[in-house]
Amino acid sequence: MLILGIESATARVGCAIGGHEGTIASAHSSRGRRHAESLAPQIEFVAEQAGVQLADIGAIAIDIGPGLFTGLRVGVTTALALATTLRIPVIGVTSLDLLAFPVGHTDRMITAAVDARRGEVFHATYQPVPGGVQRITEPAVGKPEELRSAIVAEATDVLIVGDGALAHRQLFEDVSGVEIADEVLAFPSASALVSLAHARAMREEFVRPDEIEPLYLRRPDAVAKWDTASS
Amino acid sequence: MTADRILGIETSCDETAAAVVRRGTDVMSSVVSSQIEIHQRYGGVVPEVASRAHVESIMPVIAQSIVEAGIDDHEIDAIAATHGPGLVGALLVGVSAAKAISLVWDVPFIAMNHLESHLYAAFLEEPDLEMPLVVLLVSGGHTMLIVMEDHLRYRVLGSTLDDAAGEAFDKVARFMDLGYPGGPVIDRLAIDGDPTAIRFPRAMANDGWDFSFSGLKTSVVNHVRKHPDADVNDVAASFQEAVADVLVSKARRAAREVGAKGLCLAGGVAANSRLREKTLDVCVEDGYRAFLPSRAMCTDNAAMVAAAAWWRLRADGPSPLDIGANPSLWLPVS
Ligand SMILES: [Zn+2]
Repeated sequence: MLILGIESATARVGCAIGGHEGTIASAHSSRGRRHAESLAPQIEFVAEQAGVQLADIGAIAIDIGPGLFTGLRVGVTTALALATTLRIPVIGVTSLDLLAFPVGHTDRMITAAVDARRGEVFHATYQPVPGGVQRITEPAVGKPEELRSAIVAEATDVLIVGDGALAHRQLFEDVSGVEIADEVLAFPSASALVSLAHARAMREEFVRPDEIEPLYLRRPDAVAKWDTASS
Repeated sequence: MTADRILGIETSCDETAAAVVRRGTDVMSSVVSSQIEIHQRYGGVVPEVASRAHVESIMPVIAQSIVEAGIDDHEIDAIAATHGPGLVGALLVGVSAAKAISLVWDVPFIAMNHLESHLYAAFLEEPDLEMPLVVLLVSGGHTMLIVMEDHLRYRVLGSTLDDAAGEAFDKVARFMDLGYPGGPVIDRLAIDGDPTAIRFPRAMANDGWDFSFSGLKTSVVNHVRKHPDADVNDVAASFQEAVADVLVSKARRAAREVGAKGLCLAGGVAANSRLREKTLDVCVEDGYRAFLPSRAMCTDNAAMVAAAAWWRLRADGPSPLDIGANPSLWLPVS
């Protein structure tokens, strides 16, 4: 089955087409946060490079976040529009799963951390298992200092990956047993998305487009304020 | 390039809308999913809340517009979406959906200007409107006095220097604790009020083409503070009268000056009953046509987007797929 993967939850935006033989074509750009401008031309380009018609695509894979809200919405809306009009299913993968997946060969625990701005990170912890990684904590948002304390308390060797780790490098680099993954692994990749999604597609783990929801993990400020004021 | 049936998409503020329009005039369907209830408790549109709601409703709204049009996907010849002005996060949802669908269906994508779309609402109900037309575009975000010389040819005579007309309604309503949105509430209360009870200022009524509403808002606030037991209906009626006075007197002057064949209202505030009444009176007195679109066509909708897109596509061809949202887009002037 051919899968089109769309990834726009961080400062990068990219897409890839692939199947059981891996990625056939991919594109990404990091022109700041111009996700909406880049994505549609990228999809057109990647389809052409792969020599496939959009009608040949069997499922859409999408990074559902957590990440930058605007980028996330551009990606999710594009994925939903493609899947709905092509009448094909969707596979939603979190950005944190996408960061942990490519570093699954390590023998350390893995913490994926996406920069959430405002001095916070989105994060989740994984352990390597044969053929991949297994998530052992739910995606959460919090201060990097708290994440650091949790890592120190666990006292196991940890590989921390993502732009959240890079943004707060000074907090993590002096913790013993902690290794910060290389910068080239710091952003979720559309190719990783396609291979992860392909495995899931083989197990028929997909959903209808209307079952996909962005994983924001943070309420809009106005909603949070309202709830505090009225409780 | 022409395209018979255009799917229009509108997500610039707090309405998720989709519509199918044939040849710029024949509305085959027009679906609007309003978020008013979601934003009511915050007393105004919260951009992040609006953007999230658009993501949820965009595809169901588009699907419904096609079902209601009674056609198949492949009978759509082009897709148009508002790309500005408006809330950037909200605009991006409509633009992203439109571009993705245009890729799948292999039809042209047209990035539309929201202000231009408002001007075309009138043509949906009256395709043979004669130009030049003076259009008063009044909404929560805009107050503009425009001369439409011909299709796609506009001159902006004036605009607001501070608050938009709709914003003034919202702010006055919020101050008086009347709820959100302010326009319909004040309109309703004014029915039982005396519009001559309080003489609120008519800023810049006789000079230039620009508008200013912040002084009016302040004087309403001051009046209510000084007279806490003032009749709410009288305040509402007098405030509304001042807004309508300023708007209509300027539009009338403009119509005379350019020799307009008619005067046209557009935008959400154009649903205000006193503004409609006054516009009609002036047009009858001066002997040209008044055009007052129905309430559904005044407020944000996607039929007007598809209508304007029909003209845009003919003139400029499709938009490139690398176009994004432009929150501060201005009317393209000739
Ligand atoms: Zn509008």
